[in-house]
Amino acid sequence: MFDKYIVCEEGFRRLDDGRTGGRIEVRMPYYRGLGLSMVEAVNLVLDGTPVPPERTTFTVHGHAYTFAELPGVFDDRWEMGERAELAFETDGPLAPGEHDVAITIRLRISYMPVPGGGADRKRLPLGA
Amino acid sequence: MTIKRGVSLYSYQEEYFLRTMSVEDCIAAAADIGAHGIELIPEQMILGYPVITGEFADSWSGWMEKYGTTPTATNAFVDTKRHPDRWLTLDEQLASVRTDIDIAVRLKFPIVKATINFSPELMEAAAPYAEERGIRLLLEVHAPFHYTHPWILRHLEVMDKAGSSALGFMPDMGTYVKRFPRVVSERALRDGARPDLVDLIVSTYDDHGDVHGLMDTVNYMGGGAVEMGLARQATHYTWNDPRNMLDYMPRIGHIQAKFYEMTEDCTEYSIPYDEIIPVLVEGGYDGYLSSEYEGNRHIQDAYPVDSVEQVRRQHVMFERLLSQPA
Repeated sequence: MFDKYIVCEEGFRRLDDGRTGGRIEVRMPYYRGLGLSMVEAVNLVLDGTPVPPERTTFTVHGHAYTFAELPGVFDDRWEMGERAELAFETDGPLAPGEHDVAITIRLRISYMPVPGGGADRKRLPLGA
Repeated sequence: MTIKRGVSLYSYQEEYFLRTMSVEDCIAAAADIGAHGIELIPEQMILGYPVITGEFADSWSGWMEKYGTTPTATNAFVDTKRHPDRWLTLDEQLASVRTDIDIAVRLKFPIVKATINFSPELMEAAAPYAEERGIRLLLEVHAPFHYTHPWILRHLEVMDKAGSSALGFMPDMGTYVKRFPRVVSERALRDGARPDLVDLIVSTYDDHGDVHGLMDTVNYMGGGAVEMGLARQATHYTWNDPRNMLDYMPRIGHIQAKFYEMTEDCTEYSIPYDEIIPVLVEGGYDGYLSSEYEGNRHIQDAYPVDSVEQVRRQHVMFERLLSQPA
């Protein structure tokens, strides 16, 4: 559910902190908010190349986390429909123009016998 | 006749997700069609859950007054898999339920739904606190479960043993799916499913045949992920005679009126409410019929979702069926 809304059309930008890479806004494919310890993965494949999770950080309402930290975060949530930010580092600067952005999210939903989550893929223009 | 009409704000999840409707807009939409009972999933619509700010509590009571609405039930979840490497202990699960009970009390809800994964032991442990706080804790009876399923039988045993009026059931009308929701099979076709396999799955379900072998059969016939997903879905809807609720009436405190598609003539395509509502009347049910629209996820790939209109049509149907002489 909500898979088509995972990757937000807006908000795809270069990092502005001196590092090379970018940031993408993502929403959770689920009907309620979820504690961050249950967000198992937000994996990015950019232009066909997987970006390792250790080169990404995840920010909800101004709080930034690495994916190594998330399993131990019990006091913060990804709200239903909230636009979180996935920041990622790349070796070189992002080329101007459109990029192929694929996101796969894996969630640990207690009442489900199989992993939850979803996937979305869009071509996004790199914003200024 | 004291059956009342309400809406679970879950019904407006598409619009809320996209922030085209706020919580207040959802309440207003329900009130606008005379559905004055409001059901809420705190984890869905209260930012910062489980902390309820004074500001939210004030807004909530203000909205109830402004729109003439009444809180009916919240839905509680227990995240038994909160930790990646271990199950929550019973004490931790109980703490989670107590938090949800406290939230319900604060926002003046009389009922908390216990999601189907609440164990009988957890219900038993939570009963005294629910009773003390004046809350009924109702286990959802959700497809594929039913009243003679071992999981529900274990719950019944505990309810009898605890002897607490705080424990009961909240039937989900998704347990009375008489024919396969076409919004679901049509979505599979759009996703590339083979029409012959979709026909097999839908006709097996509609004939109330053996759906449990479908995944294997579809596999033998060369089906792929989409067809297998549809076959699995067929085991997650169930058809039971709605009269099976009659034996449990004193325990039933709230009805989740699940629906997938209200047609233009205001009938549900797959769930026969004209067979369900007379049973509730016969059983003397006096709680809410609380809309739970769940069709958005099946049509959002191809069609605009209009949850407000879908819920409105369901309430036209409720009014029609509730006004018929028994």
